[in-house]
Amino acid sequence: MSGKDLNIYVQHVARVEGHGNILVDVKNGELKEVKLEIIESPRFFEAMLVGRRFPEAVHIASRICGICSISHTAASIKAVEDALGIKPTWQTETLRKILMEAEMLDSHALHSFFLAAPDFFGFPSVIPMASTNPAVVKIAINFKKLAHDICDVMVGRHTHPISMVVDGFTNLVTEEQMAELLAKIKQSLNDVPRMLEFFSKIKFPEFERKSNYNCLVNHEMYPFYDGMISSSEAGVYKHRDYKQKIAERVVDHSTAKHAFGPVKPYMVGALARFNTNYKQLTPGAQEAAKMLELEAPSYNPYHITLAQVVEIVHCLESMSRLIEQLLSRGIRDERVERPPLAGWSAKLPPVKKSWGVGVVEAPRGLLIHEYRINDNGAIDAANCIIPTAQNLANIEADMRALIPKILDRPKEEITQLLEMLVRSYDPCISCSTHLLKVDFVE
Amino acid sequence: MVKPKVAFFDFTCCEGCQLTVLSIGDKLLNLFESVEVVNFREASSYKGQDYDIAFVEGSIASPKDIERVKEIRKRAKVVVALGACAHIAGINAIRNFHNQQEIKKLVYGDKAWVFDSILAQPVDAIIKVDYYIPECPIDKEEFLRFVSQLLNNMKPFIPDYPVCVECKMKGNVCNYHKTIPIICLGPVTRGGCGAICPSSGNACEGCRGLIPDANLEAMEWLLNEWGVSAEDKFRFYRMYNSLMGMKR
Repeated sequence: MSGKDLNIYVQHVARVEGHGNILVDVKNGELKEVKLEIIESPRFFEAMLVGRRFPEAVHIASRICGICSISHTAASIKAVEDALGIKPTWQTETLRKILMEAEMLDSHALHSFFLAAPDFFGFPSVIPMASTNPAVVKIAINFKKLAHDICDVMVGRHTHPISMVVDGFTNLVTEEQMAELLAKIKQSLNDVPRMLEFFSKIKFPEFERKSNYNCLVNHEMYPFYDGMISSSEAGVYKHRDYKQKIAERVVDHSTAKHAFGPVKPYMVGALARFNTNYKQLTPGAQEAAKMLELEAPSYNPYHITLAQVVEIVHCLESMSRLIEQLLSRGIRDERVERPPLAGWSAKLPPVKKSWGVGVVEAPRGLLIHEYRINDNGAIDAANCIIPTAQNLANIEADMRALIPKILDRPKEEITQLLEMLVRSYDPCISCSTHLLKVDFVE
Repeated sequence: MVKPKVAFFDFTCCEGCQLTVLSIGDKLLNLFESVEVVNFREASSYKGQDYDIAFVEGSIASPKDIERVKEIRKRAKVVVALGACAHIAGINAIRNFHNQQEIKKLVYGDKAWVFDSILAQPVDAIIKVDYYIPECPIDKEEFLRFVSQLLNNMKPFIPDYPVCVECKMKGNVCNYHKTIPIICLGPVTRGGCGAICPSSGNACEGCRGLIPDANLEAMEWLLNEWGVSAEDKFRFYRMYNSLMGMKR
């Protein structure tokens, strides 16, 4: 609609992790400005890691985020192992893969049920849903409980795992414990049909903008823990080359740096993974995608929530498969031959000046940790690239494309659609330093 | 009975403590029945401006944080510091011992001037705090017990014995007596966590803060006994307890 002036300023966008504002300024029907302001106080984790010996980094790195602390732990461990040339055992890597998938389940259940779903029913939060859709809320709580049980048993707790360290685990699960978890996971699979029914009825806003989708790729399995980095526009490259492909830039309105790709901006996260690795999903997850009418590739960013639901199914099935493999081989206590490197007083192997990069798929997408380690085994420099920091520029690009299309609608509706767009990316602002509110400038 | 109005606020932190509250599970719904949650941004877009109990998570780390937390104090009858960042500034305070200009430059380069930040401080450095729920992140059971005691007009109980008490009760081999000894802050750190870290084969890193009147002299002797250098001692204490002994 020409000639329209519109000002939106949403402060402290709700139901996202961290603090951010949305600011939109339209003059005379022309979009002047659209910004996603990140107002979380700066956190300086990269500086906190400096001077710490490498086995200590893990427990500091996990504190970057309360919701993806397993991913940060894994990325931190992988960066250290990459620097020191440590190749963990099959058992260690398998246990880590299970943990990553448990975290994916927890985070996706939180976002898709608790944070995203209330939008489609006009509720401010999940609490009223507990009386209107009790069975569905119960499923989400069950999934979260399952994920937490898995993490509690395997690494002490989910938020800030304890025993997951460089080159192994300080406390090892037993076969009986794993068998018990397997039974619980199989039990939870019964909840899947009802979850799919719930989400298949939700009508998502229609909007398409093709992004550049970035994620890990691995010929062995749908990767969360390990792989090469793939960009749908720039091809596949090794983790250590990320700096040539991804540049971080400081923008004035955000304490989270924006990351840009070779073809900027780009998307990471569940939808990027789904679009790229669709064929490697477990059969049940592929079936789920069909039921949800989600086809790869989908260019609708509101579908991120659906891709998360598909990944929930994938993680449940994939975890069962991994645990079965683990049990058929038997769990061995490897700590005697290879004491894991943990804590302040670990006896460090001789260390040469080195650097390493660890890349994993956090629930919200590619997560990169890079450390430089000196001769004394202390960290000299650290760099962390957080999924949300990579998505910020893409969210702004989406908003820029979306606003002209919906400008003729009432302001409340525009605000709602923008907030939902930002929420659908599931931004994690404390990670990327903390992010989200919508401000329309009038 | 009028339901007390409860609000959750987060400052500089990972929001892991609020997430811990959200992950309580079934009992969370029961809890939400006995109180009215008026502000829980992590979980709800509804924002109420009057509340009886304010749970404050995170450290104070920018001038804006100071204003916001003072406003919260004005409105709330009871302020509870939630988690290590709010309680003792926790891991955020590690950066207080770096040159602030340098780290801003390190992270934000030549745009460092854009972002306002101050040294990370615990909540009670700025406002009066009525109660503390320690640990990084908070313990679910302790949170539930705390809330039910508060709602029933009992004085909430937070232990002031050291982690070693619970570690012994669990029957763990002492970290200092293992074949490969682990330097552990358990003897001077507040218990209540069920010695979760030593039970998972790790050191206690002191996230619940020091016990009142901790015998730091004996701890010093113990660390010397194990040949820990002065530099390393600083590193250990500066994981969570950077601000210990500081008059506020």
